[in-house]
Amino acid sequence: MAFYLALKEVWRNRGRFLLFSLVIALITTLVLFIAALAGGLATANRQFFDQLDADLLIYQENVDLQAASSRLGLSRLREVRRVDGVAAVGPIGFSAATIVFADRRDTIDVSLIGVEPGQPGDPALLAGPGLRDKRGNEVILDEALAAKAWIGLGEVISIKTIQGTEEEYFDLKVVGLTTERQYLFQPAIIVPMDTWDKIRPQAAGAGGGEVIANVFAVQLAAPQAIDQFANRLTSSVDGVETADKKAAILAIPGYTAQQSTLNTQQGFTLLIGVLVVGGFFQIQTLQKVPQIGMLKAIGSSNGVVGGAALLQIVVVTVIGVAIGGLGTLLLSLGLPAGIPILFSGPAVAGAITALLLIGPVGGLVSIRLAQKIEPLTAIGLIS
Amino acid sequence: MATILRTDEVTKIYGNINAAVVAVDQVSIEVKQGEFVALVGPSGSGKTSLLAMLAALLSPTSGRLSINGQELGRMSERERTCFRREQIGFTFQANNLVPYLTALENVELMLRLNGRLDVTGKARAKDLLVRLGLEDKLNNLPKQLSGGQQQRVAIARALVHRPAVVLADEPTASLDTERAFQVVETFSNLIHEQEGGGIMVTHDLRMTKYVDKVIQMVDGKVRRMLEDRAQIDSLASISSFAAAQASSHEFDSQLVIPELAQPIPAYALIGQAQLV
Repeated sequence: MAFYLALKEVWRNRGRFLLFSLVIALITTLVLFIAALAGGLATANRQFFDQLDADLLIYQENVDLQAASSRLGLSRLREVRRVDGVAAVGPIGFSAATIVFADRRDTIDVSLIGVEPGQPGDPALLAGPGLRDKRGNEVILDEALAAKAWIGLGEVISIKTIQGTEEEYFDLKVVGLTTERQYLFQPAIIVPMDTWDKIRPQAAGAGGGEVIANVFAVQLAAPQAIDQFANRLTSSVDGVETADKKAAILAIPGYTAQQSTLNTQQGFTLLIGVLVVGGFFQIQTLQKVPQIGMLKAIGSSNGVVGGAALLQIVVVTVIGVAIGGLGTLLLSLGLPAGIPILFSGPAVAGAITALLLIGPVGGLVSIRLAQKIEPLTAIGLIS
Repeated sequence: MATILRTDEVTKIYGNINAAVVAVDQVSIEVKQGEFVALVGPSGSGKTSLLAMLAALLSPTSGRLSINGQELGRMSERERTCFRREQIGFTFQANNLVPYLTALENVELMLRLNGRLDVTGKARAKDLLVRLGLEDKLNNLPKQLSGGQQQRVAIARALVHRPAVVLADEPTASLDTERAFQVVETFSNLIHEQEGGGIMVTHDLRMTKYVDKVIQMVDGKVRRMLEDRAQIDSLASISSFAAAQASSHEFDSQLVIPELAQPIPAYALIGQAQLV
């Protein structure tokens, strides 16, 4: 009975209900785009760490896990290797560079990352032999960068960095392609550690001493005992602190603030959705007080009246979310490639679940109101 | 004929001890099977409150109410809802129909509520509307019907599930004279055909020509009860005459003097009607 009344009313007033579904569709589009933006920005920030083949990262102590501030000389690698539980350890250095093209195409800013070939940090390859020479002028590109810049395996690219106050150019041969791995919103190019130390931006006259990495990536013999290993390491090696990948990601500059901001926006948009749905159905219920009173007077139970109200809310919300989802899909196809939008399954599913709930949650007040309407309103004993 | 509805000294008091309003004061009435009763009286006489109690919408403060042998005063809210659905047919002054259901769907609604919308039920719903002259309006929405047509649909809905009692609250309130007579006449014919009873609250005494009994309420009490056909016809005639002299909209039952037992010359009427 509730189903019958709900669907009849929606069908006979489909223009009005469709209009409201479009409002929900707009809210859906906004929420999904914010979720996708949060996902895209997060990915652009953390992708390198997400794909890093390590269980633990070692930083210089007292730098708040900021990789850019951390300084670890390669000589300390020996100390780390001596700690019980280390399967492998590799240094990683982070810097920035620019790829320039002879045909005067637009340059591409990249994150310049130095690793030790064959150690944690050296990425798994999709193609090519990879880094073999610790001092070689070799580079691994991520596939997205290679596709964007039309660079193939075996080609030589030119890298520009600032040495002192002068621009200097270095030629590197592409020896491998790996999966996309951005760092700090830039595509990453991976070079051997010694090469990285030579070409990274630095003051005039710098270099020549011990190579200084930013972090050490550690693979553990027993990854499940990560906490015990961390304690063992910090008590064995002075001046260091450790972090798992999750903590390392959270420490990326601006990452937490960025995600918090976007999550807050998403939350507020959902809250607005709840209020909008609640307001619409509240007004509608108030307009239907005499009609609902009449239905109750002729013998409709509260279950029928409340059930009909809830079903209408669900139908309108589902249609709105479906239209919004489809609209989001179509819009995303037309977005420029440079916008960091990423629709991930769990994020979209979570957003859609929340959107489907805003209807019933927002409509709770109107459902309760409908149930409390007295049948005596039908005969004018109560107004 | 068996008694289908009975009230024994039913009283309804609103408010508390400091500000009590006695809306219905020890009212005892009976309605028999197939009987059509008019409940008349001025505004504030307690008609609507009594109707609400008979419809199981309101509980009496004291006294007993029974319909079809079931006592209403002791029912829970859920039982009263079920009782209204199964045993009561109701038409209202306004907002009778569900605006997004067609005429036929509105009538079928009572059967659907009672889980009795089968082939027989659908045929009966259609048949009632045809008898009420709405054969070409079955698929019209209420907004596509006139006031009189809407009332006829409401009457069909009130009767379709063969209730024990049909209650009509001012069914002619928004109708012109011709339509009003048509609606009440049809209503009366259908009540008489059924085994249940009917009560019509009305201000318009001209409509009493179609009823079997007139109960007049004043200040919450039953002031007068007419069961004699001649007396009822006389009342209706006088009312029609007075309405013909004055505007029908100005005519009110409280202007009729209490001596309803015998035919009254037209010049005896006082109030807004012209003296003859």
